[in-house]
Amino acid sequence: MESIGVLMMCPMSSYLENELQKRFNLVRFWNFPETHRNSIRAVVGNASTGADAELIDDLPKLEIISSFSVGIDKIDLGKCKEKGIRVTNTPDVLTEDVADLAIGLILALLRRLCECDSYVRSGKWKYGGFQLTTKFSGKSVGILGLGRIGTAIAKRADAFSCPVSYHSRRAKPDLGYKYYPTVLELAENSDIFVVACPLTDQTRGIVNRQVMDALGAKGVDEQELVKALTEGRLGGAALDVFEQEPHVPEELFQLENVVLLPHVGSSTVETENAMADLVVSNLEAHFAGKSLLTPVV
Amino acid sequence: MAESPLVLVHRPPTMKYMDEPLSRYYRILTTHTSSDPLPIFLSRHASSVRAVVSIGRFKIDADFLSHLPSLQLIVCTSVGTDHVDLPECKRRGISVTNAGGAYSEDVADYAVGLLISFLRRIPAADRYVRSGKWAKYGEFQLGIKLSGKRVGILGLGSIGSLIAKRLEPFGCIISYNSTCQKQSIPYLYYPDVVSLAANNDVIILCCALNDQTRHIVNREVMESLGKNGVIINVGRGGLIDEKELVKCLVEGVIGGAGLDAFEKEPGVPAELFGLDNVVLSPHTAIATPGSFNNVVELALGNLKAFFLNQPLVSPVRLD
Repeated sequence: MESIGVLMMCPMSSYLENELQKRFNLVRFWNFPETHRNSIRAVVGNASTGADAELIDDLPKLEIISSFSVGIDKIDLGKCKEKGIRVTNTPDVLTEDVADLAIGLILALLRRLCECDSYVRSGKWKYGGFQLTTKFSGKSVGILGLGRIGTAIAKRADAFSCPVSYHSRRAKPDLGYKYYPTVLELAENSDIFVVACPLTDQTRGIVNRQVMDALGAKGVDEQELVKALTEGRLGGAALDVFEQEPHVPEELFQLENVVLLPHVGSSTVETENAMADLVVSNLEAHFAGKSLLTPVV
Repeated sequence: MAESPLVLVHRPPTMKYMDEPLSRYYRILTTHTSSDPLPIFLSRHASSVRAVVSIGRFKIDADFLSHLPSLQLIVCTSVGTDHVDLPECKRRGISVTNAGGAYSEDVADYAVGLLISFLRRIPAADRYVRSGKWAKYGEFQLGIKLSGKRVGILGLGSIGSLIAKRLEPFGCIISYNSTCQKQSIPYLYYPDVVSLAANNDVIILCCALNDQTRHIVNREVMESLGKNGVIINVGRGGLIDEKELVKCLVEGVIGGAGLDAFEKEPGVPAELFGLDNVVLSPHTAIATPGSFNNVVELALGNLKAFFLNQPLVSPVRLD
């Protein structure tokens, strides 16, 4: 298999790089953007760097795109279907980490954990106690997208006595949470709004000005979000993802009512290794003519 | 109509939140407004006082008590009563109440928040983004997975039980050490802190501080916990041998800590400020409006019961 050309789109995991290097002819796009086009039979992308139509057209021997992520909005799926190119992602292995982080973000935002940490480190505590913060237990949590991750978040929020409701493409009455047929109604009835759905053409900008106004001072069209936060129309936001990562609107940097994380939803040693193993297994299965483990297309 | 009872309020000048609620039902006397030394003030003005409200942690010791001959009740707005000489209260027939479960949810929430913040490096990651480093340098350091971690709770009371309940859906395996071991508790019991530490990845401290528990987390316990182990403290600073804790953190004897309490607050060992394996917090686990409302209601409830000769709402055991 060492002769199979695999194009890795950006640095994403040194463990993954090593595993790919051992098995394939690994080409690193960030070092060699122009070379080896005819020998590339697989692309490995991630949440922020995928494969657009232009790249796919440029790789005539491309057979499979194996994404080091569960989100695949940066891959031109239509083009892949058209050309018979397989696509795989990494569902399930990262569900718990992302759900854990969602609760972590809510607690960090409501209880101002980041500021508390800075408050002590800077020596300010000597001059007075920190301000009152907002209780999490018992607050209503509205989840947009009750898939694997959304369900895991719901289970966790339940343990904090939070009434959980959701909006999803379909109602899921077996789970026992309250369903709202529109995003707006979900926002109107939630203290805390959690966005856990995939980004598709249908969901782009779904958290718009109307939705944010419904949430009130107590995600996402990012420009609208920044305005809503800086103008005080939205109580706060805890964000692990942004429209143009790693670029984050600088207006957010000075705000106290935000928590900003560099897309670390699945960034633990254990989960990244599990995701990497899944990427490699999908590629090996494909080139051995076996069924893909986690195909999307 | 009889004059309303006199209640003595022993508090720091900044903690005013009980004054208005108390004055709806009682005449209040505050210890900090007089320029007289405390013993003189008490002798002059408080000899008929039957109830004291203790806010913050000014010591209520034998000397203080000796100047209040009529005292029968101390209402504390904290959960911890380590600032009160409980044996002396027992000797004098003085009842003591605390904050009961008024803060439990907020403290349990906070303990989980500290744990996730530590494992997933939330404060440091937030600083990384705000400083522009994400755009410049790319990926942040990996964190540690919470699911599947073994968590040992020291003190399975009101707060400890709520912490356990919250961590269960995260896939954590819960065990505990507590003064009471009950058959009905579904978690594994360890007979002492060293074995609790040896068999867990995380220990969460939420037990009372008293003579038996002072420095209960010492060097031996930390070595037992090990280099990947995490301590979360939402109890009292005195539960941990702080000097040893700093050494263990700096030397990597333990993996890290999330700390909301310290031995000499607001003093914090400066060696901690530069470490990335700690999350620090200014004793704020209870600090939400909801918790304060709860404790006001509870304090008033205890006072009302006392003056009506009815059972107290949240009495503390004095032995």
